[in-house]
Amino acid sequence: MKGKFRIISLLTFSLLCFFSLISQAQDDKFSKAMQKNLKALDSAKTTAEYIAVSNSFERIGDAEKTSWLPYYYAALALITPAWEDKTINADANSVKVKALIEKASKIEDNVEIYALRNMIATQQMLIEPSIRWANYGVEASTALKKGLAMDPENPRLNYLKGSSIFYTPTQFGGGKDKAKPVLQKAVELYSKEQPKPLYPAWGKEIAASLLAQCN
Amino acid sequence: MLLFISIVTNGQVKISGSVKKFDGKPIAGANISLKDTYDGATSDSLGFFLFTTTEKGKFLLSISASGYLYSEDSIFISSSSIVKHFILQEELNEITITARKFDADDKSKSVTLLNSLDIATVGGAGADISSVMKTMPGTQQVGEREGLFVRGGTGTETKQFIDGTLVNNPYFATAPDIGARGRFSPFLFKGTVFSTGGYSAQYGQALSSALILESIDLPEKSHIDASVSPLVWGGAIQQLAKNEKSSWGVSYNYVNLGLYFYLVKQKPHYFRIPTGHNTDFNFRIKTKKGIVKFYSALGIGNGGLSRPDIDSLLFKDALNIHNLNWYSNLSWRENLGNGWKFNLGLSYSTNRDHMHQELQDSNMVPQAFPESYFLMNKNFNLTSRQDLSQFKLVLDKRLSSNVIFRIGGEYWYNIQRSIYTATYEYPGNLNDHFTALFAEADIHVSNRLTAQAGGRSEYSSIIDQVNIAPRLSVSYKTSANSVLCASYGIFYQKPENQQLIASPQLGYTKATHYIAYFQQNLKGRVLRAEVFYKQYNNLVKTIPKDLYFSSYNNAGDGYANGVEFFCRDNKVSVKNMDYWVSYSYLDTKREFLNYPTKIQPNFAATHNASVVTKKFFPKYKGGINLTYTYSTGRPYYYFHLNEQRNFEIKDQGRAKDFHNVGLSLSYIPSMGKQDAKTFWVIFASISNLLGSNQVYNYNYSYNGSVKQAVTPTARRFFFIGVFLSWGVDRTQDAINNNL
Repeated sequence: MKGKFRIISLLTFSLLCFFSLISQAQDDKFSKAMQKNLKALDSAKTTAEYIAVSNSFERIGDAEKTSWLPYYYAALALITPAWEDKTINADANSVKVKALIEKASKIEDNVEIYALRNMIATQQMLIEPSIRWANYGVEASTALKKGLAMDPENPRLNYLKGSSIFYTPTQFGGGKDKAKPVLQKAVELYSKEQPKPLYPAWGKEIAASLLAQCN
Repeated sequence: MLLFISIVTNGQVKISGSVKKFDGKPIAGANISLKDTYDGATSDSLGFFLFTTTEKGKFLLSISASGYLYSEDSIFISSSSIVKHFILQEELNEITITARKFDADDKSKSVTLLNSLDIATVGGAGADISSVMKTMPGTQQVGEREGLFVRGGTGTETKQFIDGTLVNNPYFATAPDIGARGRFSPFLFKGTVFSTGGYSAQYGQALSSALILESIDLPEKSHIDASVSPLVWGGAIQQLAKNEKSSWGVSYNYVNLGLYFYLVKQKPHYFRIPTGHNTDFNFRIKTKKGIVKFYSALGIGNGGLSRPDIDSLLFKDALNIHNLNWYSNLSWRENLGNGWKFNLGLSYSTNRDHMHQELQDSNMVPQAFPESYFLMNKNFNLTSRQDLSQFKLVLDKRLSSNVIFRIGGEYWYNIQRSIYTATYEYPGNLNDHFTALFAEADIHVSNRLTAQAGGRSEYSSIIDQVNIAPRLSVSYKTSANSVLCASYGIFYQKPENQQLIASPQLGYTKATHYIAYFQQNLKGRVLRAEVFYKQYNNLVKTIPKDLYFSSYNNAGDGYANGVEFFCRDNKVSVKNMDYWVSYSYLDTKREFLNYPTKIQPNFAATHNASVVTKKFFPKYKGGINLTYTYSTGRPYYYFHLNEQRNFEIKDQGRAKDFHNVGLSLSYIPSMGKQDAKTFWVIFASISNLLGSNQVYNYNYSYNGSVKQAVTPTARRFFFIGVFLSWGVDRTQDAINNNL
């Protein structure tokens, strides 16, 4: 079973190499556009800027149709400002974000996308935690569990897990003490991480700062 | 080199324009895209956009914005700049649908959209759905009979629906003058909608009110539950399939009030301790885009009690009750795509009662007085069976982004077989084929204005008449969080089976509702004010033959109007505290049954108020829930049957005001232990904490010389129990409910 899987992976890998040679010209355009927008995402400050970046990523995704990354970043660009900007209607925002997640996961349903699922459900839960816990809290923790089952060593999912424990009141099984080991693991995983070009790499700094607050 | 640059700049074409709403207001953040390329832009706060492209030829320019319909236009790019102005139509995306739907459908017409935990934690209500609904505006504190008495209506005017189909006997069997709790646990349902009037054309045969219960879908996880208490013990299993596509469950509980009645003295003497066996079975299967759900419950109950006979006082009426109730419901909900949805419901229930009463002297020796006019029928036997088979189909079609059309029908087959044996034997049999068709449309005129218009037509074979019941409701969003709604509707209900058996020529009883309310929803807070007027026509009136037998006609009528307030603050103002306050003013009079003229009915109090508070103390892992209900005294009457065989009011009065303080305490020892294998809750509750003397009503002897207060069977009701659950971490429920 394992051997078979390895052969298939090797085959896929070599096929991928082959195709990437063919489409290198196209790829060049793609990665340039992606890098440009990743920079814009990094430097975005206002919600309007985030929306513009998200739209750009979505256009790339719609044109390419084969990569989950543009949709991933389009969704991330809409989630990021919603943590801070309270004028954003998280429910309306989630409709758009979840549509983008859907588009990305149809191309490739991978572990990184579970991080998005966790975050958007968390944002919806935070509108009215006491009432919405049962629906969105469970949705968020289910996404986390499923993602971690796929890859227990994913630093972003470990950070999100730690952060969720960090912000849960002590009486309900959360708190700094319990969050600390999880965040420690996340920080460790971040330091070991060597993301592929254009692949998600965010979260290292915030995980470290949250861990610092645990001490 | 210069040449080269000029070629490039010449090659770039500027595409600009604007994105606006119908009324000319700008749409910001819209994604403008030159399809199949990376080129495009985002509209700014004034709705303008601008970008350049090096592409040439025929392209589609597409515009997408959250909350608006997608739009595209073909353009030809050569060398000159292109300017395009777009006007987008508002779209009903998922969020706005629910938000809008909330305005006109039954979920908002009722104040009450409570989840199971909301219901289970109301102090003193003992997790009984109907008892909790009695803390809502529009309801009466009627404790001597089962049922919800809403806005001047009787208990039988409120009907319960599970997944769309009617439940015939939603309460446990009981003796006269003793209320009964509902058969269904709140944990069976994901949502409970209590509509106190003006509800959708999907529901009929309820003059006053509809309690709409929607059963839960698949459980989150497999689990085993157990409950232990001096009154009841039981267990349940819920098993979720590995692929999370189906589940099944069984439960059983045994009720025995022996120990409880030994500890807490009851006023009637129970010569046979009430006991009961209740069991249910369910399965749920996820389909492609829907779910099939089956629920079946069997309950068997026994009990016997004796009370002083009001007409003789020397003797006692000893009543023995045996009841069997079997209820089954199969529902299938499916999204067919292309805007089509359907809901299919099948249900069958049978309820069998066997009652036996005998007159006894103080030594429990049976007595018989066949010659005495007022004692001859005190010894009786009643065997009765009531079956209801139902089929209901509802089809939903989204005609456009603004209109949803709904059409459906239902068929009920109702059987009653009863034999009442006293001095003589009286069989009572009834078969009724009842058919109803309904249609309605949800129309979203604009973002603010929503209408639901529809109608329902019913035919009952025993009545042999067709009725037509129009329903209309219009709501206007006064702000993002508030809504003003007006509704109108005609409601019909068949007379009770016993009445139809005695007088098959009876027609439908009728109520017309006019309701207006204002509701504001802010985070965790609801504020609602409502006024209503209800007109009753063709109510059933009794034409007495003698003290025991009557025939009936439709000569009764009446009205009810009132004002109601409700506010709820769910852990917003006070940390960890949820509370709601409701108040209702009711002005109602009716002439029906043995009422000789229009009078305030003996089940309707003018003022009703409730305060429900729930406070949780995370530090102590426990909660205190305190409920206070108040109602002004209800009128009571002695209807005397005079020589002309007419009823007249010989005596009347008003019962004292009703006060009830209910308290419940919960303690969750496993809370906060993340890896706890067993989740458990210790729960204790007491009704009428302050021990006030509660009088519901008065009974009179046949000649009016004796008047007896109708009271609860004991001053207070106590409950204590332990609930255990394995397999599923209920901490989240606890947090949800108590944080």
